[in-house]
Amino acid sequence: MLRDTWLIFRRDATLLLRNPAWLAIGVMQPVLYLVLFGPLMERIVTSTPGFPPGSSWTILTPALIIQLALFSATTAGFSLLADLRNGVVERLRVTPASRVALLLGKVLMNGLTTVAQAIIITILAFLVFGLSAPVGGILLTLLIVAMLSVTLASASYAVALTLRNEQAFPALVNSVMMPVLLLSGILVPITTGLAPDWLYAISRINPFTHIVDAGRAGFRGDFSVDALLTGSIVLVVLMSLCVFWGARTFRRENA
Amino acid sequence: MGVFLIKARGLQRRFTSRGRTVDAVKGVDIDVAEGELVGFLGPNGAGKTTTLRMLTTLLTPTAGEAQVAGRDLRADPVGVRGRIGYVAQGGGTGPECKVAEEIELQGRLYGLGKADAIARGRELTEQLDLSGLDQRLTKTLSGGQRRRLDIALGLIHSPKLVFFDEPTTGLDPQSRANLWEHIRTLRSEQGVTLFLTTHYLEEADALCDRILVIDGGEIVAEGTPDALKARVSGDSVVLGVDDDVTTRAAEIVGGVEGAHELTTAPGEVRFRVPRGDTALPALLRAFDAENLTMQSMQVQRPTLDDVFLTLTGRSLRDSGSGGDADSADEAAADDGERNEVPTHAA
Repeated sequence: MLRDTWLIFRRDATLLLRNPAWLAIGVMQPVLYLVLFGPLMERIVTSTPGFPPGSSWTILTPALIIQLALFSATTAGFSLLADLRNGVVERLRVTPASRVALLLGKVLMNGLTTVAQAIIITILAFLVFGLSAPVGGILLTLLIVAMLSVTLASASYAVALTLRNEQAFPALVNSVMMPVLLLSGILVPITTGLAPDWLYAISRINPFTHIVDAGRAGFRGDFSVDALLTGSIVLVVLMSLCVFWGARTFRRENA
Repeated sequence: MGVFLIKARGLQRRFTSRGRTVDAVKGVDIDVAEGELVGFLGPNGAGKTTTLRMLTTLLTPTAGEAQVAGRDLRADPVGVRGRIGYVAQGGGTGPECKVAEEIELQGRLYGLGKADAIARGRELTEQLDLSGLDQRLTKTLSGGQRRRLDIALGLIHSPKLVFFDEPTTGLDPQSRANLWEHIRTLRSEQGVTLFLTTHYLEEADALCDRILVIDGGEIVAEGTPDALKARVSGDSVVLGVDDDVTTRAAEIVGGVEGAHELTTAPGEVRFRVPRGDTALPALLRAFDAENLTMQSMQVQRPTLDDVFLTLTGRSLRDSGSGGDADSADEAAADDGERNEVPTHAA
């Protein structure tokens, strides 16, 4: 299985490196947020009570990285739909290769891609905007982002394989991800000091809020149990569920 | 016959979607011996592809059992996969992948080492006239080249049994003739056993030792192309004569031994006779003796289309092209289970 996973991983890596423009396009959006939205935050954070501790850049940068993971990993299913259309999926499925490997090779590549993009964004925030964050914390956040990417890509592949429709897929992904994104407080953290009670309550139910919180804690160097525990548990549980879901879908006879 | 590479009994597949069930394949028995080239002939939606997908482990049968390449389809699908090759109807290469990459990946997924996969790939690209295309992206290949690459991928692990789903659909006539040559060579030079589906009569006729005719999910006939054609009683003959002597001409034809299904239209006499080629000279002499002139004559050997017509009462060409109820049913039934991805990108 490891060997098959590696072969699939390498195939996707080769394809990505053949068109590295996709990597750059993926980075563009968070970069625009940094440049065009970040400076606004700087003022707002200092003059508004209720923000979590840390400078505006330590609040915004990890959130943008997580947003990137949300966007790129959830749309991973698109490439699978193309593979289905081209018959690639079927061709791989008649080989004795492990079905789980066909999934893992792809999601690991998604994880690595997101981490690479996240590093670019972090470096930019560090060089241009004077972000200051501990290396250990940044690494922790990168790990969170990688796991999140694997989680969401698995789910995305499972949905794509089940739906098998290139029109319905983006519509579904958008309608699910939009509220998730807003409710996870990525641009403006949803805290008790800023949000009305009902909004705060809903945002706490959203698992991704806790993951964003953990990512922010990493960037400000807060390794306390209080800051990381909920997020890590949520992430590990979500990842297990989604990878299991994806693997089961890949194993299913018609997949 | 020797060893059977396919032995299927009562293979059945039912699709259920939106409360509707469709029996795409209603229990078929298939025996294919080592070294045979067997064709699975039927109109679109007859259940060819569904049967093939079951035999290649892509679809679990609703009922029935099969031994494929010596392994049990249900108990050991992985064992079956390792021993068969499958060339799908629409191909299976990524457009942005290089030819060499796809070949190596395929070989390694079948368990070959890197060097072995590359060496075997080189051997196959040479055999299939794909030399020199290694570094090309598959999207830049011609239709015929891409189909030959699909075949190379299906043969990378030197399987003894290879399945082809509609191997020449969408190819131009030259590429089709060329592909037929390659398929024949596979059998004659490498002893590969082949099972292919087609809705082209010419293809089944030109390639196959034996044909299974499937219609509405059931095998309705089986035999060599000649044996199947012999089921249609004789050659069809059409004579052209002057309008005013049609009746007289028909009387003469009626006297020919074995002539039957005699019909006339002004200036035309049609009939069937066991051997058209030997019946005609005698007929010409009889016409001469009566001072009648024959304007034209046509003798047609029975085709598999005639066979299909005799067996099902429908023409294969009509039922194949008309988007008939069968294929609509199968497509609808497929919806829930394996929705076709639209061919245009979103």
